[in-house]
Amino acid sequence: MGIVIKKKSAFKGLLLPENKITAKKPAEILSVPEKVTIPLQQSIGAQCEFIVKRGDTVKAGQKIADSASYVSAPIHASISGKVSKIIKAVNPVTSAIMDAAVIESDGQDRWVELKKLFDIKKSDDFSGFKKIVDSIGKKEILKKIREAGVVGLGGATFPTHVKLNPPPDKKIDTLILNGCECEPFITSDHRIMLEYGRQVLAGLYIISRTVTPENIYIAIEDNKEDAIRYLEELIIKMGFSSIFKLVSLKSRYPMGAEKTLIKTITGRSVPVGGLPMDVGAIVNNVATAKSVYEAVIESRPLVDRMVTVTGAIKNPKNLLARLGTTISCLIDRCGGVSSGTNYIIIIGGPMMGISIVDIDFPVTKGTNCVLVKESKVQIEQNCINCGRCVDICPMNLMPLTYVRNIKRGNFEVCREYYIENCIECGSCAYVCPANIPIVGYIKTCKSTIAKNKG
Amino acid sequence: MEKGNNILISHAPHIWGGFSTKKIMYIVVAALLFPTASGIYFFGYYAIFIILVSIITAVLTEFVIKKLRKKKFIMDGSAVVTGLLLALILPPRLPLWIVALGAFFSIAVVKEAFGGLGYNIFNPALGGRAFLSACFPKEMTTWVLPPHFSYDAVTGATPLSGSFIPQADKLSLYKDLFFGNIGGSLGETSAMLILIGAAILLLLRIIDWKIPVFYIGTVALGSLLMDKDPLFQVLAGGLMIGAFFMATDYATSPVTGNGRIIFGVGLGILTVLIRNFSNMPEGVCFSILIMNAFTPLIDKYVRIKPFGFQKKKKNA
Repeated sequence: MGIVIKKKSAFKGLLLPENKITAKKPAEILSVPEKVTIPLQQSIGAQCEFIVKRGDTVKAGQKIADSASYVSAPIHASISGKVSKIIKAVNPVTSAIMDAAVIESDGQDRWVELKKLFDIKKSDDFSGFKKIVDSIGKKEILKKIREAGVVGLGGATFPTHVKLNPPPDKKIDTLILNGCECEPFITSDHRIMLEYGRQVLAGLYIISRTVTPENIYIAIEDNKEDAIRYLEELIIKMGFSSIFKLVSLKSRYPMGAEKTLIKTITGRSVPVGGLPMDVGAIVNNVATAKSVYEAVIESRPLVDRMVTVTGAIKNPKNLLARLGTTISCLIDRCGGVSSGTNYIIIIGGPMMGISIVDIDFPVTKGTNCVLVKESKVQIEQNCINCGRCVDICPMNLMPLTYVRNIKRGNFEVCREYYIENCIECGSCAYVCPANIPIVGYIKTCKSTIAKNKG
Repeated sequence: MEKGNNILISHAPHIWGGFSTKKIMYIVVAALLFPTASGIYFFGYYAIFIILVSIITAVLTEFVIKKLRKKKFIMDGSAVVTGLLLALILPPRLPLWIVALGAFFSIAVVKEAFGGLGYNIFNPALGGRAFLSACFPKEMTTWVLPPHFSYDAVTGATPLSGSFIPQADKLSLYKDLFFGNIGGSLGETSAMLILIGAAILLLLRIIDWKIPVFYIGTVALGSLLMDKDPLFQVLAGGLMIGAFFMATDYATSPVTGNGRIIFGVGLGILTVLIRNFSNMPEGVCFSILIMNAFTPLIDKYVRIKPFGFQKKKKNA
């Protein structure tokens, strides 16, 4: 058949131990939890306001919070029941305090009415599907995506309807579906491709109707051979082989980062301080594509997502969990923590994830993985000026210069070295012989610069 | 799940490659064992004493100074590297107390006084050697001819000194220079064994090829311009060990690729100038020390263009 294009990485990249121990484990649908905690800020952009109050009964899929701001995404109840209280929760990423609704389940899992336009799981009439999509206008598609609260599910949580509606002077000629999943341990996107391949490709088709690109690529790292083969088969079956190009990429970290991925596939470099659309590209994650399909064709809001629960866990799994399920609940459903007295709990992968202490924090739209690791004491030593961080940085930065200047409090000097271009992938700290938490320094510097500005 | 008790916090990334400073240092030591072997083979058992005294003094000095500075002493192998390197660039019959003094100076003054590992401006081993050259000019220029296994060896000239009388047959001269059967510092004579050690460092990506290649290349080219035999100039003296093991010292050399090229070329020019115009036969040690002083400047001005860097357009 041979519709797969093979590509090497356009950057040096790291070969990380994969540890994808859950790759072969089919997703389990997590039963509806007794209660969920739903924070108001689950995406980049404006924080939502509640449109329900304490004591209200809600159905699964019912909108409970929204914002008038364009860059925002509404939030929905993920289970049916009663809004029992409104609490304060700390966003582990930004440390900002935000409101969150606690919904207690009525055990019924009653849903709002969902109008299905098509059933891609059961029907093989793909030309019928395309006709339906083509008959829905671009505006309507974007509206449905927004109403369903779809955001970038790769972790960045940028509202999808905004991304798919670039300003008219930005011509988009390349659409990339990101199935790289280059972080170790995480397998949620991998499982989505294998188990929801039809929805993913259908979602990609819908996305392509909004930005009308000339080239559509599906990018997958070659460590997911089965997903590549399965999607290849599906593309042919669904009649997409003339418009979708499947790319098998050499596994190198951080391949899945937008900028490195665009560079590898198109050869274009997103300018410093720019966005992918500045080089005519848009990148969407596979899980986002699935949600776009569900939003547009099934009018089903984003209320659940695939989460890999892995690491030092008795029974690591891929779970399809309702948003708002607590991290502790997920860990319990996987048999609990397997060993060790001191451990860290990471939301996200081992390279970029954030370690949390509050195990009652819920699964939000951006939670693709919960990783438990035994805690190891890290002793920072002197920088020996070896230049390994400079050598590995996919953004061609000089991380050691940051550390040196930040230690002296020279935050502004770091800007001369383009610190804002850092994608915080962690490659520098991974290779650092002195075990310096370089990314920690960089984050401190970035937030200090932002504070001084604002 | 039990709440709170043992959950700790950590910085991303939460995994580490584990290629530590200590590993790097001991790989360098392993690579240096090849030139070390040539030193012992050509200059006899006394070489072993020089090496041991140098290493032990270096490590002890570091230990004591860390204690005095109330800092934690970490046996990361860097003092071993300094001690061993110093031994390899000393004359093979240097009195042991002078060796110890040199090792002490390398660690105490050149390394620790500047803040320790990574903060030193000058290569510690070369700093120590320069100090000894200034204080003990006679002892530091007393050479023996190999192979000599007894202490009371016949003194002889090193290939770069004016009194050196080369073999009539050029090929056997090159052979001696390549295998190391010639006068000189303890570990600098055998180009072959230095190259084997350097190959290990290059293959394990401990050192970058740019500095040694541009250094040696510039010396060869410069010697050609000076009407000297380039192959002889490259093989003789401390160029080989200096280019691969000392000019590549992380803390005292630039971090960027272009910076390293400038550094290498600068070293080459200085070495040619010193060898041809000064009253010293050899210039590797001082060339590297001088370029060490330029490293912060090179690192300040030679930067790499970040990903997606665009020149500012005038009417953008």
